[in-house]
This record gives sequence, structure tokens and C-alpha cells, in this order.
Amino acid sequence: MLVFIIRRLLQSMLVLLAVSIVVFVGLYAVGDPVDILLPDDANQSERQAAIRSLGLDKPLITQYGIFLGKAVQGDLGTSFVFNIPSIELILSRMPATLELALCAMVIAVLIGIPLGLWAGLKPGSAADEVITTGSILGFSLPGFWQGLMLIMIFSVWLGWLPSNGRGTTGTIFGIETSFATWDGLRHLLLPAINLALFKLAMMIRLTRAGVRETMPLDFVKFARAKGVSEPRIVLVHVLKNILVPIVTVIGMELGSLIAFSTVTETIFAWPGMGKLIIDSINKLDRPVVVAYLLVVTMMFILINLVVDLLYATLDPRVRLKGVSE
Amino acid sequence: MTEPLLVIRDLETHFDTRQGTVKAVNGVSLEVSRGEVLGLVGESGSGKSITGFSILGLLDPPGRIASGSIRFKGEELVGASQERMRRLRGKDIAMIFQDPMMTLNPVLRIDTQIIEAIQVHDKVSHKAAHARAAEALRRVGIPSPEERLKAYPHQFSGGMRQRVAIAIALLHSPALVIADEPTTALDVTIQAQIIHEMQKLCAESGTALIWITHDLAVIDSMGDRVAVMYAGRIVETGAVRDVIAAPAHPYTRGLIDSVPSRNHRGQRLAQIPGMAPSPLNLPQGCAFNPRCTFADAACQVVPDETDLDNERNGRRVRCFHPIRLAQETVS
Repeated sequence: MLVFIIRRLLQSMLVLLAVSIVVFVGLYAVGDPVDILLPDDANQSERQAAIRSLGLDKPLITQYGIFLGKAVQGDLGTSFVFNIPSIELILSRMPATLELALCAMVIAVLIGIPLGLWAGLKPGSAADEVITTGSILGFSLPGFWQGLMLIMIFSVWLGWLPSNGRGTTGTIFGIETSFATWDGLRHLLLPAINLALFKLAMMIRLTRAGVRETMPLDFVKFARAKGVSEPRIVLVHVLKNILVPIVTVIGMELGSLIAFSTVTETIFAWPGMGKLIIDSINKLDRPVVVAYLLVVTMMFILINLVVDLLYATLDPRVRLKGVSE
Repeated sequence: MTEPLLVIRDLETHFDTRQGTVKAVNGVSLEVSRGEVLGLVGESGSGKSITGFSILGLLDPPGRIASGSIRFKGEELVGASQERMRRLRGKDIAMIFQDPMMTLNPVLRIDTQIIEAIQVHDKVSHKAAHARAAEALRRVGIPSPEERLKAYPHQFSGGMRQRVAIAIALLHSPALVIADEPTTALDVTIQAQIIHEMQKLCAESGTALIWITHDLAVIDSMGDRVAVMYAGRIVETGAVRDVIAAPAHPYTRGLIDSVPSRNHRGQRLAQIPGMAPSPLNLPQGCAFNPRCTFADAACQVVPDETDLDNERNGRRVRCFHPIRLAQETVS
């Protein structure tokens, strides 16, 4: 197991290196940040000074070399705009995004899997029709429109929930979070639902398909022939079998929720990483964008690693390379 | 004498499909006595497995018992509550399936699967159940059962998995075990072992056995009585020795003739002409009549099951022109 984890982490170093090159070169090609950073009336010498101070006067390969040299020491550059280390900037925004993503995923899993089971166990029933049709809506209505509708209904018409910001935050275990206060939770609810709807639909689909596939199998019938009760058959025999694809998707989707909840964060003015990256791209704040993408890459690598480790616990037939006897 | 262990009368199991109603089991009547081994023989689609699933109430939709009666130890099972059937399954009537690769849950350990089968019927501690599980594996000849209990199904061979399934089926010493082609998916050598094992274990505990198969040779080696099914009906019943020595129904005769071992080397294998009928479109009258060399106008009506004359011990046949030994010498 340990060998497997170490090998994977070493591989991830290569992935990070590749990503950093692609991102660095890509951003270089996009445009010159100096044009955006400096006021319009800046003169030539001010321009030169700025370029030098940002290190943009050196050739690309040297810039990358300097970046890499600092990166291995944990310094991913300093934001052009905020003038603080970009990694610090990202980490300061991370809790807001993490709590939003986790909350959305929990909603999707806790509601999606039971609904999927229900629909899958009674195919063709009225409940199945309603759940399946509902999941199509969740899939096909665009996220930004869902977000606007949520604000219109719950904030504007009903006035139940606030429509923007993070509200009052408290600290749990030294982490600043909206979970700690009632006001924070109220602020969290709408954006979390907005993010969750698509994932919820996906969970329903996935679970339903898995149940439909597994129920006719012989081992389910054999369990019945043993006299095992129906709840135990569904919750132990069937659910454990369909958990492998579900865990895979949860992992992938959790990653994408954390990394790409940009639209929702923008609509609900949620001060998370998604909003930061949009602002940084607009201002061509290279160090922040590079650092952000590296952080996101690392996060995906870690999530994939956890998912792979979960496979081995969920399905005994899975043997991880490097773990074999 | 008291009523036999299992009495099935005029069982009709139907599947309502878009193309029409499939009468998979079409008026089956049979009895099984305590400790008896009944071979239920027929081709694929003859309704033999569906008969087995009907007894346990394990029909998948759209299958349903349309009419008839299944009495087990005097208790009517048709229309019994789901909960009653669940308590019966595994405890009084157990089942073994055809494909041992598919009957055990791949993601649950063997001990989990055995212990849940114990605890669902007996209120015993986990520890006691574990000990019983190990004993059950030992009984079916699995070496070092304590270690094997911790294994997963994929770490067992097909024959071993079928032994585990047998161990599970026999956990509660049921009065009846329904074995649905349990050796079909296994190597011939393993087949023989499993058959021997099953015979021995059932004899020890006085368990009656319905052995569903398409292999007459298997029945010949282990059965007390045999019932031959064709297109949802039982066409012939009797003691195994009598039926195999002198089949009365033309279909049984055809089956026996097409067993390779009974033919001389180099000769063409005898075949039953034609194909098994589609269950959606059964021939008028006796379902075998289009393939039967003895068929005539009388066969346009479904024949009743009648006692074969000059036979005792429950020899019955569903044919207007049963083959008799005398007739055979003429033809």
C-alpha cells in the first residue's frame, strides 16, 4: 500500500511539472499584464521599471527557470495585483470554496443515492417517472439559470434566504467557516443547492442504473433464497456492488466542484477561489493563475489517489499495482 | 400415510409479455416425499427452473403464479405473505443455483454471506454463527475453513464456490433443497464430486432434493424418481430405473436415445426431429405432436396424465400413444 502511494505521488510530480510548463507558456502567449496593470498615462521609464520589477524582461525560458527554482522551495510567486504571495492568496480563499463544494456534494449524495435506489427498485412506477424526469431537468437546465431562479424564488419572492456573500463566519478547529453560525449556514444554502442540483441528477442516474443492473443478478436471488430481508439485500448486497462507480464519480465531481464552481461563486458573490481565478485571469495576474492551476492539479491527483485506495476497500477483486504480494 | 412433503397441483406460472402470455409452467402436478430425490428433467425453456422458482416464490416480474396450489408440509404457499415466504426460504426450503460464479456476492466475504444466512433465521451470537459457518464449510469438504471464511468469492474456484453455496443451502438442515442445474457449469470430475457430496449430505439429514437438470445421466446416477418436462408440462413421471429402462413418452424416449453414451461409436447420434416450440406459440394439443412419429388426429387435444397400465409406483404419462415394450418389438 505504502509503495503504491509513494509511487503515485512521485508520478504526480511529473504531472505537476508538465502542467506548470503548459500553463506558463500558455499565459505568456495570452497577453502582456503590464498593459493592464499600469495606468494609461504611465510613461516609458515607468513601464520599463514595472517590467523589470515583475521579472518580465527576461526570456521566457529564464522566467520559467526562476519560477521553478522558487516553486520547489514552496514559493509560487507573488500576485502582481495584490502584491502578496499567490499561494497565500489562494489558501485564504480556499475554505469558502471547500465548504461550498463539500456542502453541495453532501446534498447530492444524501438525496441522490436514496432517490436513485427508490427509482431503480421500482422501475416504471410513478415515483420512478417523477424522479427520473426530475433528474433530466437537473441535467439540462443551465447552472447559471438555476442559480438566478433560486435567488428570484427564495430571496426575492419569498425572502427566506440571503442571495449573496458568505454571511457571518465563525471558527471550528481554528478554521474560519460558515458552518459555525446560523447566518453563515443560511448564506451557504442557496449556492450549495445551485451547485448540488446537477450532481444530484447525476447521482440519481448513476444509482438507478446500477440498481437496475444489479437486481437481476443471481447473487441477489441467492440472497433472497437464503431468506435475507429485502432492506439488507438492497443496502448491503446491492449498494456495496454499485458503490465503485458512484465513488469514482463523487471523487471526480468533488474535484470539479472545488476547482470550477466559478459560475455559482460569481452569481452568489461567494468569496471563494472561483471568483479569485476569474478576477486574476481578467487582470492577467500570472502568478495567481499558475499557482491556482497547480493547486487544482494537485487536488485532483490527491482525490484520484483516495478514490483508487477506496476501490481496493470496496471491491476485493481490485488489486493495486505495487501492493501485490 | 401422511401427505408427502411437497404437493404441487395444476401449477400455472405465466409471464405477461408484450407479445402475449407465456405459460412457462402449464399445469404441473408433482409430489416429493421426505428424503426423496426427484429429478426434474427437460430442455432449456421447458419450465423446469421456473417450477423451482415458483415453489420458493422467487419469480422475477412479470412472472406470476396464475393458478394452482403448492403445499409444503401441508401449508399452502401460493398466496402466502412475503414475510412468510422469506422465513421459509433458506430455513425449510433452500435453493442452489446453476452458476456458482454468480451466486455469491463478489464484494462480500464468505463469512459475511454465511453468517447472515444463519442469523436471519436463528437468533445466535456472531461468535456462535461464525463457528457454525466454519463447521458448514468443513462438512462440504473445504480445507482449513477458518482461513477460507475470510476470503472473498473470487479467491475460490468454481467447484469450491458451489460447495460454499451447498454449505449455505444446508445450514438449517432444510426439509427440501431445490438444486437448479448445480453441476452444469462445472468440470465433469468436479460434477461427480459435487453430486456425490450432495447425495451424502441429503441422506444424512433426510433432506429431500429436487434436482433440476437437462442431463439424464446425472439423474440416472442419483435420483429416486424423475419427472420429464416438455413445454411447461410434465410428460412422464416414474421411478428413475423404470423410466430410463422403458420410456413411455416419445419425448422421453427421444431424450434417452440422444444421450451419446448409449449409442455405438461411429453411428450417427439419434436426434429428436424439429425444434422445441416457442413458448409464445405452442402447437395445438400435445405440444410435442409436430416432432412426434406416433402423432395422429387424437394428439390435437392435450392428453391427460394417466397411470401407465400394468405399472405401479406412480408411473404416469401424458400421451395418447405411450410406447410399450410390446409395441417396441413390433416397430
